[in-house]
Amino acid sequence: MNSIPLTHILFVSTALFFIGMYGLFTRRNMITMLMSVELLLNSVNINFVAFNKYLYPGNLEGIFFTMFIITIAAAEAAVAIAIIINLYRSHQSIDVEDATDMKY
Amino acid sequence: MNDLFIILKQELLLTIIIFVLLTLKVGKEMGNARLLNLVNFLLVVNFLAGFFFPQDGILFNEMYHTNALVILEKNILNLGTLIISLQSYAWLKDHQHVSEFYILLLSTLLGMFFMISSGNLLMFYLGLELSTIPLAAIANFDLGKRKSSEAAMKLIISSAFSSGLLLFGISLIYGTTGTVGFAGITTHISGNPLQVFAFILLLAGFGFKISAVPFHLWTADVYEGSPVAVTSYLSVISKAAVLFVFVSVLYTVFKPLADSWYYMVSLLAVVSITVGNLFAIRQENFKRFLAFSSIAQVGFILVAITGSSAAGSTAVVYFVLIYVFSNLAAFGVISLVSATTGRESISDYKGFYKTNPVLSWVMAIGLFSLAGVPPTAGFFGKFFLLIAGAGKGNYILVTIAAMNMIISLYYYLRVIKAIFMDSNEQPIQPVVIPAYPKLAFLICIAGIVSIGFVRFVYDYIQSLSIGF
Repeated sequence: MNSIPLTHILFVSTALFFIGMYGLFTRRNMITMLMSVELLLNSVNINFVAFNKYLYPGNLEGIFFTMFIITIAAAEAAVAIAIIINLYRSHQSIDVEDATDMKY
Repeated sequence: MNDLFIILKQELLLTIIIFVLLTLKVGKEMGNARLLNLVNFLLVVNFLAGFFFPQDGILFNEMYHTNALVILEKNILNLGTLIISLQSYAWLKDHQHVSEFYILLLSTLLGMFFMISSGNLLMFYLGLELSTIPLAAIANFDLGKRKSSEAAMKLIISSAFSSGLLLFGISLIYGTTGTVGFAGITTHISGNPLQVFAFILLLAGFGFKISAVPFHLWTADVYEGSPVAVTSYLSVISKAAVLFVFVSVLYTVFKPLADSWYYMVSLLAVVSITVGNLFAIRQENFKRFLAFSSIAQVGFILVAITGSSAAGSTAVVYFVLIYVFSNLAAFGVISLVSATTGRESISDYKGFYKTNPVLSWVMAIGLFSLAGVPPTAGFFGKFFLLIAGAGKGNYILVTIAAMNMIISLYYYLRVIKAIFMDSNEQPIQPVVIPAYPKLAFLICIAGIVSIGFVRFVYDYIQSLSIGF
């Protein structure tokens, strides 16, 4: 039944996590950075669901955790986009390199 | 059923206040002065109510727990929020969105309460997010200022990243132990490499929130750009809440990993103290200066946490109580001056004593307490922190911390010299202190002067402490 081993899925989720991290560090557009954060959170979701299904099928803690992460990610994105809009009004740009009034 | 209401009383009261403010916002427009009176009254009630009907208990299938220590920690947070609310009167009385400010602020406080009471990683995560997402929104509350939106952007991106790290750690812990409940994790954790890796990710998440050094880069920028009320809230309340959780998680949930985290936390402590101090020396903006000084203070707290004894957790709660008073005394002065004149750099404060002697003394007492100069409470707080850190016999760590106290004395005194001795062509004009900030200063000064000498406070905290 479980033809795909757990390690494959963990490999995918870990790769996704580091792709997200790479994107967050290299991208300069705030919306893209936000998308990278979503990648981080989704890799965690995959982890939770996979662990729940393969290792602990008796309870649903992992699935519940995933649902809460999805909800909170949506809330976080809403606030972040509101902040980015406000930043665009004052800076006329959503590039992080332009928002450097404060340094060191 | 009655138990439910009594055990959850602090959270329920806060929720009621949030909903009262929400209905006021929806209903008829109300003057700012009246609204602030009402909110401050509600916060006083909220603070006092924390002392009545204390009851230990566990609710919702061990997701929520409370005991005397947790209630004390929540009372400290309530007191700090009340002081900040009183101090920001001068800034808020002309602001357009007072009720939104308080709704968001109290939501974060509610999140911190749930985080402190959590008995489950899911509950902990929800509390943490409830306490950070609205905080990013209120960091943006100087709507027209460029720096304010930049600060909010930096806060939301870095906190989203840190919660990503934290969640990855949580997912690995779930994978290796099969549960997210604290009790289950403690029994199932064995210290295999994957669990240690998961713990490091979790530590990184915590490190971001308390701004310990390798994870501190957002701190100075966010502190400088946010409105002063939000800065003081970030540096005192939100940091204190995460520290309380950090202590209880390390001392109970990750007790089986104590050998591993001892070295990690020691390393974080040394780096935090040193880097915080060295960067504080060269700061010119007052809020940035206090940001780095608060990083160094967190380093001192981490020294006590490595002690992992009952003395460690006592010293942390005791020091945080003192830190609330001393840091808020300094921030209160900045808040008032910034709201009336808009000047925030240290060189603006040259000759401040000639024009504003009262505020200068408040600032001086606060800074002396932060530096740990004897008659003030800060000295006793630092003393107990170092004693607790020495409990494990790691004298190198304690020596580094003690030497750093001397460096910290240098930069605190530099500010005091600027205030009292330097002359200035354009000193800050005399600032009128409204009644609410005056009350807040009185509370802070009374706390700084008395807590070191009133033995009862330390004994009471000690009777509740945890450790092994």
